[in-house]
Amino acid sequence: MAGKGRIKDVWREQQIFEQRSLVAGVLIVLMTGALIARLGWLQISRNDYFTELSQGNRVRIEPLPAARGIIYDRNGTILAENRPAYQLELVREEVPDLEDTLQRLAAIGLIAPDEIDSTRRAIKSRRGFDSVPIRLRLSEEEIARFAVRRFEFPGVDIRTRLARYYPQGEVAVHALGHVGAISEKDLEKIDRAEYSGTATIGKLGIELAYESQLHGRNGSREILVNARGRSVEKQGALTPQLKTVPAQPGTDLVLSLDFEVQKVAEEAVWDQRAAIVAIDPQNGDVIALASRPGFDPNLFARGLTGPEFRALNENIDRPLFNRALRGVYPPGSTIKPLVALAGLTYQLATPQTSRYCRGWFSLPGSRHRFRDWKPQGHGTLGMVQAIAQSCDVYFYSLADEIGPTRLAEFLSHFGLGAPTGIDVGGEKAGLLPSPEWKRKAYRKPQDQVWFPGETVIFGIGQGYMLTTPVQLAHMTAIIGSRGKNFQPRLVTALRDPVTGTKTPVPPKLVEQVQVADAGHWQVAIDGMYAVTHGGTASRSAAGAEYSIAGKTGTAQVFTVAQNAKYDEKTIGERLRDHAWFVAFAPAEDPRIAVAVLVENGRSGSGTAAPIARKVMDAYLLRKFPPPPSAEESAAAAATTGGE
Amino acid sequence: MIYEEVDSSTRRTLSQTTRVLGTLRLDGPLVLGLALLALYGQVVLYSASGQDWESVLRGSIRIGLGAVAMLALAQVKPAFLRRLTPWLYAIGVVLLVIVDAIGYIGKGAQRWLDLGFVRFQPSEIMKLAVPMMCAWYLRERPLPPDGTTLAVLAVIIGVPAGLTIVQPDLGTGLLITMAGVLVVLLAGLQWQIIAGLAGLAGLGAWGGWYLLHDYQRQRVLTFLDPQQDPLGAGYHIIQSTIAIGSGGVFGKGYLNGSQGQLEFLPERSTDFVFAVIGEELGFVGCVILLLLYLLVVSRAIYLATQTQDTFARLLSGSLALIFFVYVFINAGMVSGILPVVGVPLPLVSYGGTSMVTLLAGFGILMSLYSHRKFAAS
Repeated sequence: MAGKGRIKDVWREQQIFEQRSLVAGVLIVLMTGALIARLGWLQISRNDYFTELSQGNRVRIEPLPAARGIIYDRNGTILAENRPAYQLELVREEVPDLEDTLQRLAAIGLIAPDEIDSTRRAIKSRRGFDSVPIRLRLSEEEIARFAVRRFEFPGVDIRTRLARYYPQGEVAVHALGHVGAISEKDLEKIDRAEYSGTATIGKLGIELAYESQLHGRNGSREILVNARGRSVEKQGALTPQLKTVPAQPGTDLVLSLDFEVQKVAEEAVWDQRAAIVAIDPQNGDVIALASRPGFDPNLFARGLTGPEFRALNENIDRPLFNRALRGVYPPGSTIKPLVALAGLTYQLATPQTSRYCRGWFSLPGSRHRFRDWKPQGHGTLGMVQAIAQSCDVYFYSLADEIGPTRLAEFLSHFGLGAPTGIDVGGEKAGLLPSPEWKRKAYRKPQDQVWFPGETVIFGIGQGYMLTTPVQLAHMTAIIGSRGKNFQPRLVTALRDPVTGTKTPVPPKLVEQVQVADAGHWQVAIDGMYAVTHGGTASRSAAGAEYSIAGKTGTAQVFTVAQNAKYDEKTIGERLRDHAWFVAFAPAEDPRIAVAVLVENGRSGSGTAAPIARKVMDAYLLRKFPPPPSAEESAAAAATTGGE
Repeated sequence: MIYEEVDSSTRRTLSQTTRVLGTLRLDGPLVLGLALLALYGQVVLYSASGQDWESVLRGSIRIGLGAVAMLALAQVKPAFLRRLTPWLYAIGVVLLVIVDAIGYIGKGAQRWLDLGFVRFQPSEIMKLAVPMMCAWYLRERPLPPDGTTLAVLAVIIGVPAGLTIVQPDLGTGLLITMAGVLVVLLAGLQWQIIAGLAGLAGLGAWGGWYLLHDYQRQRVLTFLDPQQDPLGAGYHIIQSTIAIGSGGVFGKGYLNGSQGQLEFLPERSTDFVFAVIGEELGFVGCVILLLLYLLVVSRAIYLATQTQDTFARLLSGSLALIFFVYVFINAGMVSGILPVVGVPLPLVSYGGTSMVTLLAGFGILMSLYSHRKFAAS
């Protein structure tokens, strides 16, 4: 600081300026160099890294859900298919405030307020970039309602997807099952990537059992998105090279079900609690598998509201309950032909040996009377007549002679006491009692004792024994085919959806049941033939153009005390006996074996047998009952109509 | 022979051009560099605006306005500029006070002054007025400047810078300060004082942290670690480095930058236009742009050294250097080596009044050069 005295030195100033400019010039070159170095690092050294990031920015992978396999009956009638439906989908990553968004969607009525919790859980259980369906099958009005507010809901959009549709409504629902929204439990079992973009999964029946075939393989598509996550076809001159992995549609299934027969069966018991199973004895094909009441599977495919589900679930008639596979009932007299066959096999009876029925049976040294259904008794009868008249006393004494262990062992060859192995899940095993079973089943020693009286009632299918309708149809088929135990099955072929090639599933012969003499089959069959020809179920077989062999049965719900009389007028409807009828036809070379169970139907011959007749007429003669009256058909349409 | 003819005709055209430019008091190389930059900018703008011809048209109008301002100022005699300087500065300060007052009353950030027919930022005037005032003040003082002189200069720079920073517009405030400081540095401020001031600035930055607005602090924090807030404050810088880095050596191709075209890159036609260049034209495109800037700056410095009085030298020198500072801050910010401050890329970024101010500055520079008394032979 030279102070005031300094004067301007123009030459020196010039010099300083030039010097400073030089320094500045050097600095400028250095700084430009630094910029270029930085650019070089970003653009050359780390180019790959940033290219990947920019790729990730602009490309989103969108799932292409595979079309679910179509389910056909044996004649090509479509039982389950896919139809385009509008659904509301949400991508969590793109939603600024999930809670607020859900509340506002509920406020405009697009999701039910009581479903916010489950919806939130469903969303959170999926990956953040997955588009999660939060509402299926929007109506036109709902689509319009959302469309005008779409800008208020970033990350929420309406998509068209193929949704499951069951054109036949309630008919065959207990065989087909249904699809439903993927639950958290389902997510534990499946590969999430495989289900990305899929809203529903098989929940029951064929839909569940053949899930992996029906589902197919989801594909994916890369789409170009802008910064707001909206898909854009093309932006500027930007020409995207995007990969698409096409979806592989699920395999179509061809069922052994005959829809026409199935419909006849269901309509015959539409308003009752009943199950009907019809099997082809020559290969195990299930011709009909009905359980009533039923429900519309489209409700589940669409997404059931809480009250709708409660109404179904709490209905006293239990429409969700599959009686054909899961209902267990004492077989009653329907097993008498088998007891007879066991007696022949163990050589404790011959077809000719007759027994005397005086109306009741007592064990030696006991005064307890096991009564016959006919109080006055049947008198003297041989094996065929004993089956035809369903004489209890004959089988009380025969069972007593065979003994419980041998009887159980013999019956087990007819698929009783174990699941039949039908290719839909959830089947109950029923119960084939034996002294050994009783020892294992009970804990207290006094309960473990097998009483001789229990053997006696075992002979007429009462007591501990429990069977499902599918088991009895299976058993009947084995008798009819003279020992061929084919595993019952619903799926007979897999159809490639692209080429249309069908791959048949071969029938599975589990066992050829052996009896002491092949002629013994004829005795049992003759007995069953006699049931419908002069026996207990003659009326239902009257006028048939083919020969029917059958057997009636009643399963006790309510135990009548000793010396009391079963009076159906005095006991409640739901305590009345269940009615059974099993049959096969034509008797000489059966093509169909049927088991009919009508809960609280009281009489096998009066209630169940005519139903079996309708089913056999439909299948063997393609003879269908006259269409229901206008009133009835309107009611049926209302319940089966679906959409 | 043909070559000679071509050669001679070319030479004739060139010399004619030089003569025309000389009459217009413009400098050929500098005008060429500026024109190339502006052209480059308009080409990039077409892509960065999403092929919007209207943006390109408006950008071109601004270039035209700037060119008119440049041409007009180049004709103004330095003596007149010198006399004008204190008035320009005073008017600028008054306008800044008015803007601040309106902002204070309106309880909001205020940078613009709306005169009904045109809106402009008084702080933009100060980018020119402050270095002019500094040069004006130093023209009679013995150099290097002494303590008293420095104190006066601190006030000359500090008042408008302060008024701009409280608007709040930290970026422009710092640029105004920088423009003034560059004058002082060129005037020969002693190295010891420079070092001392740098130390003080460091301390001031540390203290200033507590005076910064939250959003300004956030910018600094985000600069230090963009990943801290990838969808918020860090978003700009992450997206711009992705854009530049993914460009590679030759770029993704003009109009083909996914980051820019799909709007992942924010402010792609204004402050972040450099990232569009990096993405679409690659390393090569960036380096060409930087070399063009280097051409302009070095020519401007050369012109400054040729001027013959203190006012002209200091003013033109600082105008040349501040131009480079703009480039460096913008490119450094977009490529992630400097914090995000709102500084446009000179002559390329769309919008604002910076195009006019910058070209006006070059007009002054050319006036100062072309009106020198003894032209170099």
